[in-house]
Amino acid sequence: MFRLEVRTSTPAWFNLALPLAAIAATLVLCSGLIAAAGASVVEAYGVMLSASLGDSYAITETLVRAAPMIFTGLAVAVAFRAKFWNIGAEGQLLAGAVASCAVGAIPMPGPLAMLLMALAGAAAGAAVALVPATLRVRFKVDDVVSSLLLNSVIYYALMALIEGPWKDSFSGYPISPPIEDSANFPVLIEGTRLHLGVIVALIAAPLCWFLIARTTLGFRIRVTGENPEAARYGGINVQRVLLSTALLSGALAGLAGVGEVGGVHFQVMSDISPGYGYSGIVVAMLARLNPLGVVPAAIFLAAVMTGAEAMSRATGVPAFLSDVIQGTALLAMLVALLFTAYRIRRVGASS
Amino acid sequence: MSAVLEQIFQVGFLAAIIRIATPLAFATLGEMFSERAGVLNLGIEGIMLLSAMAGFTAASLSGSLWLGVLVAVLTGALMGALHALFTVALGLSQHVCGIGVTLFSSGLAYFLYRLIFGQQSVPPSIKGFETQPIPLLSDIPVIGPAVFNQFTLVYFAIVAIPLSAFVLYRTPWGLSVRMVGENPRAADSAGVSVIATRFQAVILGGALMGLAGAFLTMAQFNAFTFGVVSGRGWVAIALVVFGRWDPWRSAGAALLFAFVDALQLRMQASGLGHIPYEAFLMLPFIFTIVAMAFMSRNAVAPSALLKPFRREER
Repeated sequence: MFRLEVRTSTPAWFNLALPLAAIAATLVLCSGLIAAAGASVVEAYGVMLSASLGDSYAITETLVRAAPMIFTGLAVAVAFRAKFWNIGAEGQLLAGAVASCAVGAIPMPGPLAMLLMALAGAAAGAAVALVPATLRVRFKVDDVVSSLLLNSVIYYALMALIEGPWKDSFSGYPISPPIEDSANFPVLIEGTRLHLGVIVALIAAPLCWFLIARTTLGFRIRVTGENPEAARYGGINVQRVLLSTALLSGALAGLAGVGEVGGVHFQVMSDISPGYGYSGIVVAMLARLNPLGVVPAAIFLAAVMTGAEAMSRATGVPAFLSDVIQGTALLAMLVALLFTAYRIRRVGASS
Repeated sequence: MSAVLEQIFQVGFLAAIIRIATPLAFATLGEMFSERAGVLNLGIEGIMLLSAMAGFTAASLSGSLWLGVLVAVLTGALMGALHALFTVALGLSQHVCGIGVTLFSSGLAYFLYRLIFGQQSVPPSIKGFETQPIPLLSDIPVIGPAVFNQFTLVYFAIVAIPLSAFVLYRTPWGLSVRMVGENPRAADSAGVSVIATRFQAVILGGALMGLAGAFLTMAQFNAFTFGVVSGRGWVAIALVVFGRWDPWRSAGAALLFAFVDALQLRMQASGLGHIPYEAFLMLPFIFTIVAMAFMSRNAVAPSALLKPFRREER
């Protein structure tokens, strides 16, 4: 017989071992779908790997895709630390994209434009995140439901804008007019799409780690999440911490949208985000809500997404495999997390 | 303006409300059973999508719509069991597991649909259910054609509401569900298996969500598209709160939402063409958020909602 036993502490190597085990389990489980599609599992995963990390150009493409998920991953990680259940990173990203695109379309010197785009995008994301937080603090509305519903509201608002008053009169398609050329984020390596925003994302992760681990606000966020009663008893204004967390989380998700507008698409369209906001939840959980872990977790999901498209072209397996991998990875990681709380003990038949 | 109002309030409009409310009623009742047993199921959006796809595929390949409905219901029940495995048996976070189940089910639905049907320029469609007028009742003026000249699945929904209330409030199993959702410790002392009851409630809930998915692809749209659910699952979760975890009130909430949705559909069609139709699509969602703000302060959720139960931890 085996039984679960409560564990009091977890060894440090768990931080790395658990996500790796979850990813390995995910790839094994999803190989069944590749086989069902009639392709060779080894070939399919091989193409995915080489197309996403096989050469320097592929690596830059993967990093470009990882950038928005680093931001949404950080947004979710920060929010979940305070147990503010922000499932609205998708809508906050879209709001950030719209705001930064509107600012980027105004003629002004490039560096100033980029700075203002970032500020506008972060502010828009923060404003959207403030809605579920305020509803929770003031009206006791469940933040999960309101942030999910808000995603639909923001998406349709964006669609109404680009189908209506904001429609690009030049192309006639439902896309916004492009931002000024001078506002396009500089490309760091000639011949690739690796833009300034990717570096900003990579810097944002250690900054968030510092904020959570070493500052007073970070301490308040952690205490509020772990034990709101103790936080209140210790003189922490829990409601205020929740609102601050929402602003921070929303701003981070908004920056994901800024990077997509300034560095990748240069305008806003309906499919500017293939669900990066929801992927942020997977990223944050794989990282165990540690901002430093968000970077490798986002790169993993980005590699799966970039690789899945190449795999689909080479083997005919639908690229939607990457969506299944994301969902499976999240569930596998949750199961893996059980081992942080429990250990499996073999017990004798007599006990 | 009066012409617009005239166009809005007519038999067709009432019938549209009933039609829009039907999948929401199934989904809301499903979520309600799950939550009454103490399990929030955020997998609902994905479960509806996967069931809609599975039912459509089965109906399309076999030619039998009722086989499609059965497959959709079984798919929903299976995914409910998966959610229960994670949240009830393993006691993992209901919030995050639900999102995981939604991401997994949606991904699987997209993947399998593309695998089975390939990429076609015109999405494949089926000949869906036809309306079945009920003799005599359908002759009642206004109400008759609106309510009693509908798809059979609509009548299922109308029956499901009192049936759910009966099961929840008048049967021993319903009592067990309410007990494990309010006070699992006491239920356990009284000899009720908390784990088994929660599993059953979440699986029943999943089956009802599957029925909602079946209605979408086999009666309402007669095709599967990636946006066929488009937030209806999330709305159902809000409607459960709005309906205060009661079958009658939840069904009423579904009707109210359907009224707003039907209204915005009419507004799209009635001479307000210079406004992009997406602006109207926002309305039901904004309405739901505002309604939640008014209702949530006094809403009393099942006490053990979100709390896993482990017998050995006292």
